[in-house]
Amino acid sequence: MNAPTAEYLLELRIPARADRMVMVRDTVRSAARFCGFDERTAQDIVLAVGEACQNVILHAYQGRGDGPILLDILDDAERMILRVTDFGPAVTPAAVQPRALQDLRPGGLGTHFIHSLMDTADFGRSPTGVGNVLQMTKKKDPAK
Amino acid sequence: MTEGIREIQGHLVVALGGDIDLDRAPAVRRQLLDCVKRQQDILVDLSAVTYIDSSGIASLVEALQWATSRGTGLHLVAVSPQALRVFELARLDRVFTIHPDLDAALAAAR
Repeated sequence: MNAPTAEYLLELRIPARADRMVMVRDTVRSAARFCGFDERTAQDIVLAVGEACQNVILHAYQGRGDGPILLDILDDAERMILRVTDFGPAVTPAAVQPRALQDLRPGGLGTHFIHSLMDTADFGRSPTGVGNVLQMTKKKDPAK
Repeated sequence: MTEGIREIQGHLVVALGGDIDLDRAPAVRRQLLDCVKRQQDILVDLSAVTYIDSSGIASLVEALQWATSRGTGLHLVAVSPQALRVFELARLDRVFTIHPDLDAALAAAR
């Protein structure tokens, strides 16, 4: 899953609670700037991770707030890799599919944001068999 | 964060600021829906918003739908660059009426 030369930047374990997400955002913004992204792109990455965590809170743990979110961030020469892991029951892909934008209704936008803002976003069951993993990558040079 | 509701020329001006995320979106939603019940046009000042995500956007979409169904207006004013980026991503910059500043919004809503 990782590029062979990827450097582990950090691992964050945090309760899946909405009032803790500001810490995740601050951490991701700092990591993105450390990786060399400009402020605007760092904000995009922050939004994508925020939406991923929101999906965990709402879908994997169904708002209970009693499970952890793991955030792993890796850095290599070409891209930043961000992995959001939960330990909840399997989330059906339909629950995290982007919806059609012309369908004007509250909700359902988060996954659209993730796919729009990141170069890749792959969702699946954790390799350990427990929980779900969303791995996202962002290229440092969009032209490559 | 500068927040509050003012009444100017018969319109409700709601100033929102800071991060509008999953934690704060329910309170924002309640605040906006309470305003909609007052049957006045609402101008939502987003100039001090530093972050907004899909839950915050959903609160605004719901308020817009409530306002529209009641025959009142809900306009956005002075949307911060961070918030505008998210509205554009959602293509909601075409759904909401967005004014550059309060004077322009008041003139248009008159």
